[in-house]
Amino acid sequence: MNAIEARGLSKRYRKQWALQDCSFDLPMGRVAALVGPNGAGKTTLLHIAVGLLAPTSGSITTLGDRPAIDEDMLSRVGFVAQDTPLYRNLTGEEMLAYGAHTNSEWDGDFARDRLRSIGIPLDRKTATLSGGQRAQLALALALAKRPQLLLLDEPLASLDPLARREFLGTLMEGVATDDVTVVLSSHLVADLERVCDHLMILANGRLQLNGTIEDLLDEHRVLVGLRATGTKRRAIGGVVDVVEENVTGRQATLVVRTDGPIVDPKWEEYEVSLEDLVLAYLGRRSNPHDADEPVRAVGAGRPR
Amino acid sequence: MIEFRLDQRSGVAPYLQLAQQVRHSIRLGYLRPGDQLPRVKDVVGSLAINPNTVLKAYRELEREGLVEGRPGVGTFVLRGLDGPSPRAHVALQRALERWLRTAFEAGLDAEAIRGMFETTLQDTREVAS
Repeated sequence: MNAIEARGLSKRYRKQWALQDCSFDLPMGRVAALVGPNGAGKTTLLHIAVGLLAPTSGSITTLGDRPAIDEDMLSRVGFVAQDTPLYRNLTGEEMLAYGAHTNSEWDGDFARDRLRSIGIPLDRKTATLSGGQRAQLALALALAKRPQLLLLDEPLASLDPLARREFLGTLMEGVATDDVTVVLSSHLVADLERVCDHLMILANGRLQLNGTIEDLLDEHRVLVGLRATGTKRRAIGGVVDVVEENVTGRQATLVVRTDGPIVDPKWEEYEVSLEDLVLAYLGRRSNPHDADEPVRAVGAGRPR
Repeated sequence: MIEFRLDQRSGVAPYLQLAQQVRHSIRLGYLRPGDQLPRVKDVVGSLAINPNTVLKAYRELEREGLVEGRPGVGTFVLRGLDGPSPRAHVALQRALERWLRTAFEAGLDAEAIRGMFETTLQDTREVAS
C-alpha cells in the first residue's frame, strides 16, 4: 500500500491554479521532503492530503482511503500546520493530558521523555515558550498519537540551527520507534538531506520530480563541455532530458537526467549534489514536458 | 559506548562514516567484543539522521563479521580488529615523518604530497590484490 496516491490532483482558488495535474505515489515508510519555493502549492497539497481542503479535480488517497473519511483515519494521520498551533493558555502537561483524552491510541511517555531530555518545561503555558520549544511540543504531541502518516508543513522555517537539529532528532526518534511515514515541506533542502530518503519537488503548482533521493541522484549528472558541443546536446547518448543549462564563455554546464551511462566523450561527467539537483528543477520555468519541444537556443539557460 | 559524529562536508557517505567510526573505536579499544553499539533510536535522536543510515552502517559491519545484531536487543561487537602493535605503529609514524621532511626539502607542497600519496596508495593496492 502507498501512504499517499494522487491522480491528476488539481486545486483552483478563484482563477488561480495552486496545484495542477499532480500524480504521484508515496510508498509507506519513506521520509519525504516536499520542496518548493513559497507559493508553489506545498501547503495546498498537504491540506488536501489531510482532508482540510477538497481538490477541484483529480483524486487522492491517504493510507488507502479518502482523507479524513472517518475517526479511524483521523487517528492514523498526524498533521502539524505551519504556525504550530497550540492552545496558548494550556501548559505542556495539560496539552499531553488533553491529547490522551481525545485520542484512542496515545503514547504520552514517549513525548514526555523526549521533551524532558531536550529541556522543554512542561509546567509553563505554551504561550510563554520559545518558537523552537513550541515546535518541539507540537511535534511530540503529533508523534504521541502514533500516526502511520505524519505531515509537517514548513516545520523548520522559524527555528534556529540548534532547534532544527533537535526537532529533526525528535522526528527521527519517532520514525525509528514507530516506522511512521513522514512528509515534511520546506523551501530549503540543506537541512533535509540527512533525514529524508525521498524527494518531491513542487514548482508553480506542478510536481517536477518524485522519487527516492538515491535513485534521483543516480540518474542525474552534471556535464561540462564546450559550448559548441552544446547545440547538439540532444544527441548525447544516455541523456533523456536537459534540466538546466548554463553557458559561460566557451563552457557549457548541463544538469541532465539520464537513462544509462553517458557515452559521449566530449562531455566530462560529474555527480550532482542534492542541493544542485533541487535548484536545477526549481530554476526551470515551465513543466517537464517542455523537454519535448524544439531545442532552445544555447545560452537560454538561467545565468548563475 | 561511543558517540558518533558526522562531517557533512567530507564527501564520504554518512553510513560509511558511521561504519568507519565503529571500526576505529574497535581498533583503539573504545569498543571491545561483547560491547553494545549505540541503539539506532539514540543515534538518530542525537545526530538527526534517517534511521536507515544507521541500519545500513550496522548491516555493513555485520557483513564484515565485526558485529552481530540480536533482534529486539541491539547490535553487539563480535571480535576485535588487529591493528599494528604500538611499537610498530610508532616506528611507521617516525618513518613517515622522515619521508615527509625529505619531500618538503625537495620542494613538494602539501597538495603535491597528498596527490602522490593517493596515487601511490592506489597503485600499491592494485599490485597487492
